[in-house]
Amino acid sequence: MSKPIALIDCNNFYASCERLFQPQLRGAPVVVLSNNDGCVIARSNEAKDLGIEMGAPWHLNKKNYEKNNVAVRSSNYALYGDMSRRVMSVLKEFSPRLEVYSIDEAFLGLEGFEDRLTAHAHDMRNTILNWTGIPVSIGVAPTKTLAKIANRLAKKDKSSNGVCVLMLPHEQEAALGQLALSDIWGIARRLAQRLKALDIHTPQDLRTADTKFIRKNFGVTLERIVHELNGFSCLELELIAPNRKSLIASRSFGRPVNVLDEMRQAIATHASRAAEKMRKQNLATANLCVFIETNPFQKSQAQYRATQSVQLSIATSDTSRIITAALKALSVIWRNGYNYKKGGIMLLDLMPASALQQTLFALPDNIASQSRMQVIDALNKKYGKGSVVIGAAGLKHGWSLRREYLSPNYTTNWQELLRV
Amino acid sequence: MPLVASLAAAGFPSPADDYLDRPLDFNELLIENPAATFAVRISGESMTGAGLFPGDIAVVNRARKVVNGNIVLALVDGEFTLKRYRSRAGKIKLLAENPKFSDIIILDDTILEIWGVVTYSIRIL
Repeated sequence: MSKPIALIDCNNFYASCERLFQPQLRGAPVVVLSNNDGCVIARSNEAKDLGIEMGAPWHLNKKNYEKNNVAVRSSNYALYGDMSRRVMSVLKEFSPRLEVYSIDEAFLGLEGFEDRLTAHAHDMRNTILNWTGIPVSIGVAPTKTLAKIANRLAKKDKSSNGVCVLMLPHEQEAALGQLALSDIWGIARRLAQRLKALDIHTPQDLRTADTKFIRKNFGVTLERIVHELNGFSCLELELIAPNRKSLIASRSFGRPVNVLDEMRQAIATHASRAAEKMRKQNLATANLCVFIETNPFQKSQAQYRATQSVQLSIATSDTSRIITAALKALSVIWRNGYNYKKGGIMLLDLMPASALQQTLFALPDNIASQSRMQVIDALNKKYGKGSVVIGAAGLKHGWSLRREYLSPNYTTNWQELLRV
Repeated sequence: MPLVASLAAAGFPSPADDYLDRPLDFNELLIENPAATFAVRISGESMTGAGLFPGDIAVVNRARKVVNGNIVLALVDGEFTLKRYRSRAGKIKLLAENPKFSDIIILDDTILEIWGVVTYSIRIL
């Protein structure tokens, strides 16, 4: 038999983090807004019951939410990130085979606990709730795909107390009977429609479908899902996070930007943040790409969007080199007379900084530059993000993020602790 | 186990290496369980008798099981309060340690949640 895999998923994670320190939010509808207070990205159950959709634009619904006493919070990633780290570290005490899948989800290998999976899962759930205050749901099954399904049922079925174990074929069959095709991990609505056209209507149909037929018509990814639905594990736990191939730093502006100087500051700030992230992983890049765009939803305004990539002669992780290149790219695409809504930078083809090669005409980052970057990173870590910036990033950010409903950074800032 | 030992073969090994310890780490002292430990700022005066003054930072451990006599951060009907926990004959009281404040008696219809147990306090002198 395949080894048991648990999927641990935090219930309405962002709302739960807010509630831990703001008990007045318990039992009330809570929504969390995206960066720049754009749209709803997380909802408490009460908010879901009110029919508030994921992605609903905030400014269109503001009045309606006020009428229904919906509590609104700007996203507080410092808080959510810290709470996520806590949850993951509790999980690590239960099994070292941990794959952090997202900020609020993780897979955990549970071999060795086969004879007491349900009790073990309840134990995990209670420990996480007691220690961190975050409620989670746990699904356990022989494959990741089935563990996802088990988790879904653990959430749905109130009598389960947040735990659902599907190790036996008849349990899995019964579980699949309660779901639609598009409830299965990796099956989007379009794919579900194509399956239906070929007479595969339910998860159970898919489980018993001929794998050769599936591979021929849909490819190897769906074939894997069929194997996984049958309890044969095809998706291994990824215990080491893969190195990132690219990273992006961009934000919607709090107000339209139409002056080149302000845009230069924004791009430089994003460039230095991206470079810092890159250095943290000991990576470097020779390819970057700058983009700016107007607000496509403001149909009455003139629209413009543009991207410019730059190829450096040699990979670098030096903030000043990256800023210089990014500002050059910006000067190519900048047009006066538009209200820009968004701008950012992508660092592409990231490679290990140790693999840098010297070319004839360009030197890789020298020791002095490297230690300068280390000093900048250390100061920013010590005194807070953005304490030390390269000149071009500027200090007054009129364009910076709108976060009107931000809760305090209860767990990451001494000045913002909960007061009792 | 020593963390570092002399690597250099040249010269005399430093006699201090045998006693090489890490510097004192306040995290180690104040935090038994990092995942479950939170810091809060005290603003009320109801626990001054226990040495907890406004402006102090209290270290709160959510993993500790509350026992009689602990100072706890509690939620009483949804409001945070810092008090000494006392349970006797099935009756729970949250005691203030300042004569100007009254104790909280937990009645049948009071909703009480022990948020965490206060394990240390930190004060700037």
